[in-house]
Amino acid sequence: MMEKDEMLEIEAKRREWEEKCYKDWLKKTKAKDEGFESLSGIELKAIYDPSDVAHTDFLRDIGYPGEFPFTRGVYPNMYRGRLWTMRMFSGFGTAEDTNKRWKMLLREGETGLSTAFDFPTLMGLDSDDPLADGEVGKVGVAVDTLKDFEILFDGIPLDKISTSFTINPPAGIILAMYTAIADMQGVPREEIRGTIQNDMLKEFHAQNTLVLPPEPSVKIIVDIFEWGVENVPKFNLISISGYHIREAGSTAVQELAFTIADGMAYVEAAIERGIDIDKLAPQLSFFFNSHNDFFEEVAKFRAARRMWAKIMRDIYGAKNPRSWWMKFHVQTAGCSLTAQQPLNNIIRTTIQALAAVLGGCQSLHTNSFDEAWALPSEEAVRVALRTQQIIAYESGVTSVVDPLGGSWYVEWLTNKMEELAWKYIEQIKKMGGGSMLRGVLKGIENGFFVKEISNAAAKYQREVEEGKRFIVGVNKFTIEEELKIPILKVDPEVQRRQIERLRKIKAERDNSSVKEALDWIKSAAENNENIMPAVFEAVKNYATVGEIIGTLKKVHGTYRKPIIV
Amino acid sequence: MNVDEIVNGIFSKNRRALARAITYVENELPGSKEILKAIHSRTGRAHVIGLTGFPGVGKSTIMSKLTEEFRKRGKMVGIVAVDPGSPFTGGALLGDRLRMEGFDANKQLWVDPGVFFRSMSSRGRAGGLAAKTGDVVKILDAYGFDIIFVETVGAGQGEVDIVKVADTVVVILMPEVGDDIQLSKAGILEIADIFVVNKADLEGVEKTVRWLRSMVMMSEEVVQTLSTLTHADEARVLSGEIFKVSNHWVPPIHTTIADRGVGISELADSIEKHYEYQRKSGGLLKRRSSRAKIELEEIILGEIKNLIKKKFNYTEILKEIVENKKDPYTVAEEIISKLCYER
Amino acid sequence: MEEKKIRVVLAKVGLDGHDRGVKVLARFLRDAGFEVIYTGLHRTPQEVARAAVDEDADVVGISLHSGAHMTLVPKTIQYIKEYGGKPEEMLILVGGIIPNDDIPKLKELGVDEIFIPGTPISTIIEYIRENLKKKKGSINER
Repeated sequence: MMEKDEMLEIEAKRREWEEKCYKDWLKKTKAKDEGFESLSGIELKAIYDPSDVAHTDFLRDIGYPGEFPFTRGVYPNMYRGRLWTMRMFSGFGTAEDTNKRWKMLLREGETGLSTAFDFPTLMGLDSDDPLADGEVGKVGVAVDTLKDFEILFDGIPLDKISTSFTINPPAGIILAMYTAIADMQGVPREEIRGTIQNDMLKEFHAQNTLVLPPEPSVKIIVDIFEWGVENVPKFNLISISGYHIREAGSTAVQELAFTIADGMAYVEAAIERGIDIDKLAPQLSFFFNSHNDFFEEVAKFRAARRMWAKIMRDIYGAKNPRSWWMKFHVQTAGCSLTAQQPLNNIIRTTIQALAAVLGGCQSLHTNSFDEAWALPSEEAVRVALRTQQIIAYESGVTSVVDPLGGSWYVEWLTNKMEELAWKYIEQIKKMGGGSMLRGVLKGIENGFFVKEISNAAAKYQREVEEGKRFIVGVNKFTIEEELKIPILKVDPEVQRRQIERLRKIKAERDNSSVKEALDWIKSAAENNENIMPAVFEAVKNYATVGEIIGTLKKVHGTYRKPIIV
Repeated sequence: MNVDEIVNGIFSKNRRALARAITYVENELPGSKEILKAIHSRTGRAHVIGLTGFPGVGKSTIMSKLTEEFRKRGKMVGIVAVDPGSPFTGGALLGDRLRMEGFDANKQLWVDPGVFFRSMSSRGRAGGLAAKTGDVVKILDAYGFDIIFVETVGAGQGEVDIVKVADTVVVILMPEVGDDIQLSKAGILEIADIFVVNKADLEGVEKTVRWLRSMVMMSEEVVQTLSTLTHADEARVLSGEIFKVSNHWVPPIHTTIADRGVGISELADSIEKHYEYQRKSGGLLKRRSSRAKIELEEIILGEIKNLIKKKFNYTEILKEIVENKKDPYTVAEEIISKLCYER
Repeated sequence: MEEKKIRVVLAKVGLDGHDRGVKVLARFLRDAGFEVIYTGLHRTPQEVARAAVDEDADVVGISLHSGAHMTLVPKTIQYIKEYGGKPEEMLILVGGIIPNDDIPKLKELGVDEIFIPGTPISTIIEYIRENLKKKKGSINER
């Protein structure tokens, strides 16, 4: 990057500066020189200069956007061409309630939909399941059958809008439902765009939507890959997620490492099945958290992109440059929101959103300030969306691609994140005897991931308790306050109405076709065949989410997770 | 709840009384001795089964599967699981091994009124059990559980206290866990009435079984027994089928895949057979007598210690010993003679 | 005589899988000298109630972020009674995302205190130590 003599000169000057200028100043001002570290615990120096990135080769490691290794972005012109998709995670109550909220968001300038499901749907339970009691429509929309999807997408043209679905064990069912809606609307399947989360590995590490055991879970994900590349080629078939790992208390490094490890595991599983990697790769997407440490987050995003490009090209041998892209969605950190002085959350979210944008995200969700209390109210959602719009239209940060690139600190930190993440990946690979897929499964079995994350969460909490880390409004600058924030309440009648609808559908549908389709799912699962054609058939005949997942549970068993505190 | 209410509650199968009695005994609250005195006549009816083994071998899974199995056989099952507790803070995380996560996990165990599950902290004690585990077992026994499982801490080292409470000791291993020396040193091989090699779908299971078999065969008693057997009997011995070939019980070796329930009912059969054998052979009486002896001596020692603390100035006495003014033997003789002959 | 250890049953009730808070709390309570029984994820009210009674819990801490608290918390209390326990002698605590309006309602239903996200754990520990001994008729009353 630089002539050797020049570098030596800089290093010498730096030493001189440290000894004379810096240390004198510290002495004079009695300032401390230790205890500065990133949110992930990476030790930080007072200043970075070219000597900190002496081994970084500009063309090899940083380069230009739209080209390998994509450190600076996947598109050559990034936001000059098209802004990121402003995608607000939303859903509650019945399909009607959510359809109404979606239409409001689209009117307000949102450019993509993102579906929050309620817990019973997420867990593959019907609304009338005893375990669903009290949870129907609470944290998202309740979906039992295709009927709910028909209402949900009423008046929303699937050829114009892309939709993201945060759903995991029932991901295949939801993709089938969405495809069925496209068929009904007369939109060609090749045209529909969107994302299913469909990432079970991180559920075992962190998010805990536990239904089937790990191995059949991965098998079904690969089924969805296989079906998806043929049927819905513009649809992201997975959103490999670090978001939840971070929410569960991991560091940024762990988030980066475990997400990429999971991604490698999925790619290996797909290759084992015989899926063409270059065909699948464009349909893989990622999902990260953006937390409070601004520079660390930017570095994480840049490192992630560079690592994935190397992995896809050099480890898995993808030929098409398009396959080397890491496209990712970002959500600001839910766990950083405080119940105390809730308006402060707007500021936190702004900083986090800015990091996501400067890190080159493809889509972004900004949290609402009232979410430590309840589902967001309309006003709070609007402010959150406006936060993105102000960054996009007023701040000017979109005019230049990767504006932080070349900052010695940011480049050093990007390298550091990558280096630490590779260490984890090597460790996982070793657990798997050279296979990332086996390594990740092993790490789930022996509690490796859960332990790593729990330890990080406890360490962070200890630092907060001991006053080593500050959270404004919580352990610093606290006030006595009476909280008056308007809170969205879900109509308590939702559960009853949803169960009524479910009963009606069960009475009216062709139950013999349902049974036939469910039997087909069962035999496909038993014979290790792709279940997706059978799932699509079941969905079309208004089989319920609970019936389909229930059939799979009968074949594969349910997962029991050892408790690791 | 006072002591009378607790005792009567235990006899009339009141669950809260049972739970509270355990709290009394575990914490040595005033009245705990009275509870233990009152229930003693009703103890000795349950079959107490100890489960021990290295961490990660699947003790808890086997226990929950065995519980399901014994429930099917109409037995009431009480469970005591001992978890490590810190000797420094006194705190502990308990019961997290048996209680698996996931909404279909252990449904039966969770709400079945015929199952009672209680976790105990070892409170820093070595040996695999808490100081009061034996007393807790008595309370469960008096309440009327047919089967009582006691699961040790599972640290894998020197957890031999289980023989002091269990009628049948099940030692659980898995393929390739630890090496032979580690296992031998842990001291758990000698205490086994039944061996289980769990996770039998893993590689190396034959090797572990073969090694265990050689260990069993080497024990003196077994060598004696086997000298009277023909080759054809050997298989029956290993399966636990033969146990009345002589006066000796030959620990059978079971293989299980507990999370799929494989081998569990055979293991339960074997556990029942061992109990039968112990009862008929007089082994049960022998074991319980030696247990009563240990317990009685512990109680006596405890009482004496309390008396000494009450009657003598310990600090002063100890000082004399440390300063070499007196030797501890003489001091002990003096104390005993004062306790015995002076009032 | 040993000191009576404080036994805490911590539970995730319902379907939500957010266990970061409850697990960190479990560790801190242990380190503060409590005996903690963490029941794991996805428990039903019956299951938590059974554990609370059998383990003779002094404190029952229910964590949920699912918005289902108005259904699941009262049910848990009701089942504790049904299984022979005395919820009025226990400290019943709820942690999680609980809207303001619901707090007085939960207290009326027998919940002693609600802890929202961001509550320092030292506050919870202090609360337990202070309030347990005020429980009328309980083994912990001082």
